[in-house]
Amino acid sequence: MKAISAIFNKEFKLFFYSPIAYVILALFTALTGVFFYLYLSSFVEAAFMDMIRSQQYRMAPQKFNVNLMLIRPYFWNIALISLFTLPLITMRLFSEEKRLGTVELLYTSPITPTQIIVGKFLAGLAYYVVLLLPTMFFHAILFLYGDPEFMPVLSGYIGLILMGASFISMGLFISTLTENQIIAAIGGFAAALLLWVIGWGSSFAGPTLAPILNYVSIITHFEDFAQGVIDTQHIAYYILFSFTGIYLSLKSIESVKWRA
Amino acid sequence: MIDVEGLTRYYGEKRAISDVSFHVNKGEILGLLGPNAAGKTTTMRILTCYMPPTSGSATVGGYDIFEQSMDVRRITGYLPENPPLYTELTVDDYLLFVAQLKGIEKSRLKSEIDTVIEKAALGDVRHRIIGKLSKGYKQRVGLAQSLLNNPQIIILDEPTVGLDPKQIIEIRELIKNLRGDHTVILSSHILPEVEQTCERVVIINEGRVVAEDTPENLTNRLRGSERIIMQVEGSEETVKKTLQPIADIQNITVKPENNGLVRVEVESDKDVRKELANAVVKNGLGLLELTVDRFTLEDIFLHLTTKEEEVA
Ligand SMILES: Nc1ncnc2c1ncn2[C@@H]1O[C@H](COP(=O)(O)OP(=O)(O)OP(=O)(O)O)[C@@H](O)[C@H]1O
Ligand SMILES: [Mg+2]
Repeated sequence: MKAISAIFNKEFKLFFYSPIAYVILALFTALTGVFFYLYLSSFVEAAFMDMIRSQQYRMAPQKFNVNLMLIRPYFWNIALISLFTLPLITMRLFSEEKRLGTVELLYTSPITPTQIIVGKFLAGLAYYVVLLLPTMFFHAILFLYGDPEFMPVLSGYIGLILMGASFISMGLFISTLTENQIIAAIGGFAAALLLWVIGWGSSFAGPTLAPILNYVSIITHFEDFAQGVIDTQHIAYYILFSFTGIYLSLKSIESVKWRA
Repeated sequence: MIDVEGLTRYYGEKRAISDVSFHVNKGEILGLLGPNAAGKTTTMRILTCYMPPTSGSATVGGYDIFEQSMDVRRITGYLPENPPLYTELTVDDYLLFVAQLKGIEKSRLKSEIDTVIEKAALGDVRHRIIGKLSKGYKQRVGLAQSLLNNPQIIILDEPTVGLDPKQIIEIRELIKNLRGDHTVILSSHILPEVEQTCERVVIINEGRVVAEDTPENLTNRLRGSERIIMQVEGSEETVKKTLQPIADIQNITVKPENNGLVRVEVESDKDVRKELANAVVKNGLGLLELTVDRFTLEDIFLHLTTKEEEVA
């Protein structure tokens, strides 16, 4: 546990020692902020138009659901932006150690490969949570001026973090394969994108393949979370996915160690 | 304290070391000497459990490198060839991280770090970012890291590379002070370094151990063909004619120097200083200087390694 926290602390500190972390944070906040503004203004406009219409025709105004019209699509949006951001976080997690030669320190210290990988994974996840903080602030605005349901927001974040964990474990694995951060980032994008779009393919696939593709697709499992449903099946999927990524990373560094 | 038995390591098809065996006593400083690509780093990486050997075995501090690798790593401090530094961290933060990796308890962290900072003379730079330090200071940070937790065994891969002469002397002093309390292996291809700091030397060439002894014994082994160097007043031919008849001379070279002097180098397995001096004086030549040139480790090193090449 002490070794894991040593790795975690170092990794987390390193994120904020490098300018990349701030660039990513700024970019992520700007993008999610812009989309929040766009969703919010179109929602307000729609509600406003409806109010005018209802006055004209002397009908009761429609009840506009913030959760359905704003929060749900916004979560989709954050998930998509995360897809492109997380490879930038995971790219350096292991490649950097290889490039600097610090793997030699890690492997000759009295810690296990599992402790190294788990510490790094948790640091990546913690940084992702930091990235999500500004979006929580945006959601808080909605609660300040309206009365959205709380559960869908909570389940949305649970979904994001679980999905993020999956992406991070996969990105970490890819990062163990190369000492080049750029390659690690591109590999991360490609893999994330593939897992993302695979669900679309299911609509063209035959009856046997379709459910499989649907199951593998990382996006399908997020759907329920965005709608406020916490389903153990989807939690299990993401946890299984993360464990697979961690396991592959372990196997990768153990075999690299053998060949080194 | 360290027992190495028949270590062999292949990189793919290429054999980096073959059948390397040696032994290091407790409290001793052992020099691992060899030219580039001899297999020094490979040997050290195996001993520090960075990678396994293809065959052979070794124990470090009584622990087997395969079976008890965690214990080996716990009692060993290691400075790799390229100091493993996080260039974005400060010296303090870096040492804190390594100290935590080594499992030092919280209460001892600060004092442990202060100790190695003092030993490696890093006090002035402890709050600076490692990436901005000079190469010599980076090397010292790497050295400081290897001393954390006062390890029984310290393995240093070319510890003085990139240091200026003053720093080299300081680091050598530091290493010498480790004697007794720590068992040290250091590698080098700089021979005087090994001669000065080590009690025993293992010479390794093309992956094989070619000699293992104390620096003095290694020197004595080649004593047989000691060199005598003289500076004589006289012409090249007369000097040659005068000295050549002396018995027991294996080899003689005479080179003219400025202002009518010649430099004579004589190789012999007997002490022929008296005969040489007498012959010079008897023939009316001026003897200005006569010295015995002991073979340095450098010569032995070259001798052993070139011999090995001839065999190959
Ligand atoms: N990772 C590797 N992959 C393939 N070959 C390697 C690897 N590391 C070392 N070698 C080869 O093994 C041999 C021994 O290398 P090693 O680094 O142990 O030598 P060294 O004595 O430390 O040399 P130097 O003084 O240059 O540091 C060399 O021929 C080298 O090319
Ligand atoms: Mg080397």
